[in-house]
Amino acid sequence: MTDTQKTTRQVNVISKTSVSVLFAGDSGDGMQLTGTQFANTVAIRGSELNTFPNFPSEIRAPAGTIAGVSGFQLQFSSKPVYTPGARFDVMVAMNSAALKANLKDLHRGGIIIAGTEGFDEKNLKLAGYPEGANPLEDGTLDNYIVFPVPVLQLTREALKESGLSGKEVDRCKNMFVLGLLYWLYTLPLEGTIETLQAKFQKNIQMADANIKAMKAGHNFGDETELFANLGRFDIAPQKQHGTYRRVTGNEACAIALTAASKKAGLELFLGSYPITPATEILQTLAKKKKYGVKTFQAEDEIAGIVSSIGAAYGGALAATNTSGPGLALKTEALGLAVILEVPLVIINVQRGGPSTGLPTKPEQSDLLMAMFGRHGEAPLPVIAAYSPVDCFYTTYEAARIAIEHMTPVICLSDGYLALSSEPWKVESPDNLAEIKPRFQPARSPEEPPYLPYKRDDRLVRSWAIPGTKGLEHRIGGLEKQNETGNVSHDPENHELMTKLRAEKIARIADSIPLQSIDNGPQKGDLLVLGWGSSYGAIKTAVEQALDEGLSVAHAHLRYIHPFPKNLGAILASYKKVLIPEMNCGQLLHLIRSTFLIAPVGYSKVQGVPFNEMEILAKITDLIKEI
Amino acid sequence: MTDIDTTIVARQGLTAKDFASNQEPKWCPGCGDHAVLQQLKNVMPELDVTPENVVFVSGIGCSSRLPYYMATYGVHGIHGRALPMATGLKVSRPELSVWVATGDGDALSIGGNHFIHTLRRNPDLNVVLFNNEIYGLTKGQYSPTSKIGLRTVTSPSGVIDQPFNTAALTIGSGGSFFARAFDRDGKYLRSILKRAALHKGTSLVEIYQNCPIFNNAAFEAFATPDNKADNTVYLEQDKPLVFGKEKNKGIRLEGFTPVVVDLDKGGFSVNDLWVHNESDINKAGILARFADAFSHSEEVLPRPFGVFYAETRITYEDALTSQIKDAQKNGSGTLAELLKGDSSYEIK
Repeated sequence: MTDTQKTTRQVNVISKTSVSVLFAGDSGDGMQLTGTQFANTVAIRGSELNTFPNFPSEIRAPAGTIAGVSGFQLQFSSKPVYTPGARFDVMVAMNSAALKANLKDLHRGGIIIAGTEGFDEKNLKLAGYPEGANPLEDGTLDNYIVFPVPVLQLTREALKESGLSGKEVDRCKNMFVLGLLYWLYTLPLEGTIETLQAKFQKNIQMADANIKAMKAGHNFGDETELFANLGRFDIAPQKQHGTYRRVTGNEACAIALTAASKKAGLELFLGSYPITPATEILQTLAKKKKYGVKTFQAEDEIAGIVSSIGAAYGGALAATNTSGPGLALKTEALGLAVILEVPLVIINVQRGGPSTGLPTKPEQSDLLMAMFGRHGEAPLPVIAAYSPVDCFYTTYEAARIAIEHMTPVICLSDGYLALSSEPWKVESPDNLAEIKPRFQPARSPEEPPYLPYKRDDRLVRSWAIPGTKGLEHRIGGLEKQNETGNVSHDPENHELMTKLRAEKIARIADSIPLQSIDNGPQKGDLLVLGWGSSYGAIKTAVEQALDEGLSVAHAHLRYIHPFPKNLGAILASYKKVLIPEMNCGQLLHLIRSTFLIAPVGYSKVQGVPFNEMEILAKITDLIKEI
Repeated sequence: MTDIDTTIVARQGLTAKDFASNQEPKWCPGCGDHAVLQQLKNVMPELDVTPENVVFVSGIGCSSRLPYYMATYGVHGIHGRALPMATGLKVSRPELSVWVATGDGDALSIGGNHFIHTLRRNPDLNVVLFNNEIYGLTKGQYSPTSKIGLRTVTSPSGVIDQPFNTAALTIGSGGSFFARAFDRDGKYLRSILKRAALHKGTSLVEIYQNCPIFNNAAFEAFATPDNKADNTVYLEQDKPLVFGKEKNKGIRLEGFTPVVVDLDKGGFSVNDLWVHNESDINKAGILARFADAFSHSEEVLPRPFGVFYAETRITYEDALTSQIKDAQKNGSGTLAELLKGDSSYEIK
């Protein structure tokens, strides 16, 4: 140990504000687990954090190929961070395909920690490098700081007396890398040790081997001369005191639905069909039985939503979750929910489309489908979450609107929010808005007949659930007579009902908050108007633009239908409006047609989120033109 | 309203009238749906239910209008989707008596996927499947139960699709109850509906229902008194399969093959016949195939009516409720607990 300490003293520890790290390797290399462990460690230490897992849709794409590369990017910092970093500072590349696939996003001068066994002849060929070329040796990486580490060999040496099979030993190599990264960023090993002990509590040999590999990686940092010139880094945690948890967007959606059911005093029912990247919502809720949550894995997307409509008719807080192709299948049932006027939350975790598209990649291209994707005049509220933690607040709000306004509500998330995570200061139950279902009380025979479609001043009908005496009534998808709900084909009645249904949704604008400016002046040259997961990139870009003295502001929409009442006035307060979207201009379309203005669209449809540099460049260009 | 049976006295003092809504049925005169509606109203007072605890769920089609005519709760949904809607309702409100009115197009064509999956899950639903072997509401196209050769507007040269065998499909899908009844035989229909209601699990009742407009007399072979006796066999638990005008014919099982025998000709007595056992799934499978034999083989087997199969099995909602109870054995989770989660950490 004395030797080690001596060596340690020779390596300087340098303070930094933030760093972005990418763990990349083959799908079978355990990079998601490694990244998650690293993220947990920095979160628990109190750093600001944002993560982004990026993996192929195949469970095990051919090993060693570009298609099989799985990555986990994270940024941690002493100050708030809203993205995983436009570029990363450090890349762990377990093989040559991981390097090739990600090099373009590494900062010039960035650090590459390369597992040398992944750069043998076979791997180089699989990654598509020309014969004889090896980036670790041929000088093509001269603009970066490269550390070739024989990860596999060192793991095998560390575990030679572990008693595990060769294959099992090799699978511990990700823990070696994790240990090395903990060393590099002066992070503690204890959290991961506890996790491994819990994970492998029935296989102590395996737990010990993983821990040993991680310690070996850490010791390697101490012992090797490799990092002597670079130094180690410390990113001092700055988070405020309190209790935190780390959530992904999908987990946050699931927690929000459960919380809303508790707050409203209703049972939660989720009818759902597995679909990437929305499935974790079903999975998370299936484990919430302690809270009385009922999940129903339906035979298809249609049964998912229709079973929820049945539960909603029965008086439950009912929800369904899906992604684009599933939302397409649910559209007929959405129309039914609109005409029945029952509360229903539909969480759509958007992915690249059309059709199967890019199942594991995010896109914001379902906005117009959410708005208009039903036959007939069938308006419903559409709201969108902007961060993993905000998935909680937006889903909760969707449930509140659904219950209090007796309507289906579409809540939009996307594949980026769904799988990314950030620390969340544990919310107090008292801070959550009250949710009051409008149940109709029982009626005695002397009272006038129950009118299921009689409305209050917000045009909301009451919720008369089976089992309530005196309220027996029949409703359905056929057009109904105003107030009585009886089937009616009367022309004027149909027009009246159509307008009442639309006006009911429009009046929701009376009870939602006004739009605020997230950052920047209330009036100025440029407003960047965003929605959904581009929040972090826009936020960071606008912060930088403001630092540079530009007249730019950022507003981010949660409520897309109906729009907040002051949105028109806000848009009119800037010379130009920029709308960045991961689609071909869908919010742009809505803003143009609603407010008759000509904002500038900025499209990105690559299945990867915007980064702050792209948006900053666009802001700078636009302001130059003013 | 003429056919109301006033002899039924319900526990709660309710009569069939208490289950009739104020809406006039809009089915064609002579449609079998009227008769089924009547028997549903008749059977309700015999069950331990009050109108506010009964829900009728339906899809789309003539029969799916039924909920509007019952003075219970009711939802008229979308085409093919009555079963998942009813499942969602039953799962979230197990104490309700949930009925599904559906047709051959609704349940077996557009809703075919839901049909098979609902049956295997076994929620406690009473499914009344009006089978008229035709699409009525869209005016006379062939359905998944139309017989081969039937000429309709969409099969001018005759149907070439093999029809579904509802009984075999139900049993093959893991259904826990299958019975067949006939629209014209009111009292029998009512007794079958009652059996279905009392069965805990998904009860599938196939009702041969005449569409006088687009497929009139599709079930004539089982309808007129002359035909009926020789072409049908009524299943009774622990009773031999006897039929015929003179009750002189029976069904014998030779190996796995059902054979019609003449009890008057000597050789076989009632004691040699197949004795009905509704808990025997293998026999139920053979009974289900009588319908195929009717159309394909030389041997004409009578069409069975009654309860083919009834199995006591845990319902979906009971299984789920028991998992929830188990998860809550140390108390149900609070909102504060939920928000905190189980991997929170303290920053000091």
